[in-house]
Amino acid sequence: MKTKKIDKREDGVGVVEAQFYTIDSLTLENGEKLEPVTLAYETYGTLNENKTNAVLILHALSGDAHAAGLDVEQKNPGWWDSMIGPGRAFDTNKYFVISSNVIGGCKGSTGPSSINPATGRQYALDFPIVTINDMAEAQRRLIDHLGIDKLLTAVGGSMGGMLALSWLVRYPDRIRSAIPIATAIKHGPQQIAFNEVGRQAIMADPHWNSGNYYGGPLPAKGLAVARMIGHITYMSDLSMEEKFGRQRKIGTEPFKFTADYEVEGYLRYRGDSFVKRFDANSYLYITKAMDNFDATEWRPLQDSLQGLKTKVLVIAFKSDWLYPAYQSKEIVKACKRSGIETTYCEVDSTYGHDAFLLEIEEETHLISHFLKKVFHEYEAA
Amino acid sequence: MTYVNVRFDHKAILKLVKPQSTVLELGCGTGDLLSLLIKERSVRGQGLEIDEQAIYACVAKGLNVIHGDIDSGLAEYEDKSFDYVILNQSLQQIKHPDSVLTDALRVGRKVIISFSNFAYYKSRLQIFFGGRTPVTGALPYQWYETPNLHFVSVTDFIDYCRLKNVRIDRRMYISENERIRLFPNLFAQTAIFLVDRGL
Repeated sequence: MKTKKIDKREDGVGVVEAQFYTIDSLTLENGEKLEPVTLAYETYGTLNENKTNAVLILHALSGDAHAAGLDVEQKNPGWWDSMIGPGRAFDTNKYFVISSNVIGGCKGSTGPSSINPATGRQYALDFPIVTINDMAEAQRRLIDHLGIDKLLTAVGGSMGGMLALSWLVRYPDRIRSAIPIATAIKHGPQQIAFNEVGRQAIMADPHWNSGNYYGGPLPAKGLAVARMIGHITYMSDLSMEEKFGRQRKIGTEPFKFTADYEVEGYLRYRGDSFVKRFDANSYLYITKAMDNFDATEWRPLQDSLQGLKTKVLVIAFKSDWLYPAYQSKEIVKACKRSGIETTYCEVDSTYGHDAFLLEIEEETHLISHFLKKVFHEYEAA
Repeated sequence: MTYVNVRFDHKAILKLVKPQSTVLELGCGTGDLLSLLIKERSVRGQGLEIDEQAIYACVAKGLNVIHGDIDSGLAEYEDKSFDYVILNQSLQQIKHPDSVLTDALRVGRKVIISFSNFAYYKSRLQIFFGGRTPVTGALPYQWYETPNLHFVSVTDFIDYCRLKNVRIDRRMYISENERIRLFPNLFAQTAIFLVDRGL
């Protein structure tokens, strides 16, 4: 694909500040009430007069609201910065881009590490089980608050794709289109199994203490191991071969179970750095929400989509073995059966599941043209 | 109506499609025909295409296109999902033409099929006198690089329709940007059929 030269883009959206919206009360799927609920979000670009240019970006398991630009403190770029900005896939000269965190998380939104108003202490495991649909419901309230009747699209990869599907099934009249990327209608046993190993690693850490570790030592080793497992599943054998091979680290003594190989050092580094930015209980809650998600919970997906005017763009990646393309094809199949307008592309990538964060050129091409069409149709309607 | 830079066979297919109808094109390539149908007939179009680069081209044209192969991709549609299912030069390249045609007639109220006529006289001459697998304007590939898995003539296709109880609604024969009316199995390079189940 040589249609666009990414390096000739204009600059990004610059320094952005997180915003927060607090909902007085949110009734969860299990009937429990969460009061109050805060949602962290960022916005880029400007909402037009008719409010027809809003896009909702949905992050993955370990993501946050900081999708684009540089954050105020660390000056870190957002997790999808190469996709969002002037002239990029989500062109902030045209679109008003909203990136929302999820409830249950630990990046500014209400989650297990937030203070429970009833006790004055962190919720820990008193935090209710939240679902992907609960996360989407909180986001819908945010979109209400922003005064937007219809989003141009709800888009995300991995868990973000599940959120996009939740929007599609539950709030189809609130979106003109949905873009689920590298995702699934529901987790299969292999996906649940990997998440369970991650959860067990956290819970096996003596510092986890049944979730009550706030103010004390963190279950850092457990969370790091969970993240290491995660990273293995995000790559492909080919991308690991290309990145590390059997390259040994310099200056390590052999046979002392130090990180002898580059790949070991990489995983340890990734695990340790994750601990600094993510809450172990949030990891438990969010992975459980992903495992419990099923877009066909109430009825077949094709029935949910029947008669909708919503357009769907599904993207999968060939080497993604965590969310294999056949799972994306299940979404496409439901779209076909329901008769809604569908575009599907299985991008030939070697990056594994991580591809949705890395195959910028292909995603930019697919999304920018798709969105242009959706916007044009919305404006004409 | 005149169209500049529009392929003659595309123009012929255009004539067979009613305005405001729904169309599924199997093997839509870079989407030229589908774009033409949307522009000239205001159809609601959906494409199916195996080649990834062609998908990008279709998306750039604003088309709805699904990446996948025809043999398995058609089965997932409900009965009578589209007014027309179109196989434009893709029949020869699919593994199981019979099951695809059967399924196309289930998914579409009508099916439009265009293919290169293998019994075109120049092909016959090349086989008969040259003793070689024919290479012609409509079948331009050498035997070792052809994407075509099946070769079919006008008469073959008519026989097939008779055998399978497929009703031929309209037929058009083309050679060198001209309509052929006499001895089509000899003189047509491209044949276009509009068929249905006759119900």
